[in-house]
Amino acid sequence: MLFDIEVKISLKSGMLNPEATTIERSLELLGYEVKNVKTVETIKFQMEGEDREAIRENVVDMCERLLCNPVIHDYKINVIPQNMACGK
Amino acid sequence: MKIGVIRFPGTNCDRDVAQAIELAGLTPEYIWWSEENLTDYDGIVIPGGFSYGDYLRAGAMASITPVIDGIKELVKEEKPVLGICNGAQILGEIGLVPGIFITNEYPKFNCEWVDLKVGTSRTPFTKAFEKGQTIQLPIAHAEGRFYTEDIDLLKDQDQIVLQFEGKNPNGSMEAITSVCDESGLVCAMMPHPERACEELFGSDDGLNFFKGFL
Repeated sequence: MLFDIEVKISLKSGMLNPEATTIERSLELLGYEVKNVKTVETIKFQMEGEDREAIRENVVDMCERLLCNPVIHDYKINVIPQNMACGK
Repeated sequence: MKIGVIRFPGTNCDRDVAQAIELAGLTPEYIWWSEENLTDYDGIVIPGGFSYGDYLRAGAMASITPVIDGIKELVKEEKPVLGICNGAQILGEIGLVPGIFITNEYPKFNCEWVDLKVGTSRTPFTKAFEKGQTIQLPIAHAEGRFYTEDIDLLKDQDQIVLQFEGKNPNGSMEAITSVCDESGLVCAMMPHPERACEELFGSDDGLNFFKGFL
């Protein structure tokens, strides 16, 4: 079975996010009043497998070893069987 | 003495570092990222640059290459390892030094000379300096803001090697810009000592970091 995987990586709560601060300032320049801007990075890929939980464990491993730095990042993982994603 | 200079795709301070190693009276030798056996070397420098285009995070991709396993083996043999700029980011990523270097508080590429206070002279690289001495080196980075979860531990274990003096150009925690491991043999620094090895360039304070391998 083919799974669609989505990893969303964000800075831990309370961490300074210079990119978000700059976006907030720039939106102010355009006249918009916004607050609490956050940026979230999304990485998408596909994996073949039978067991959704086993795939998830693999992706957690990827996050801990490469995709994120656990010192500064939180991550959320979505593992979606492709037939469900497409509504087939 | 043979000092290995690690090269990743995107490393760009390798030749400056090799020149500095020669000026210090040592023999540099370039090592490609795929080399795992580093037992012939008496020490290692991971130079600055933009390994793997800084994709994901600065140093993230380099941290999973075979040469890193070789470096970890050398550390077990108590050989000195110096990571400069991108090399410092890589040492943080692989956990050989505490903390991590992330996007500057004001996220621009910051290239200037800075005053630095020597926090400890127990590392090979800072043994020529007095603790508390001020030295001058250039910085050149956009991702150099030091962050750690346990600053007290660093202080207790005498692991703060350099701090910015007079100003904090990237918003680093307690203005820290260089740290070492518990032994002091592995040192990560954002400033570029290889760019300050001859008076002609404005300071030769950087040369002592390379003489530290002797």
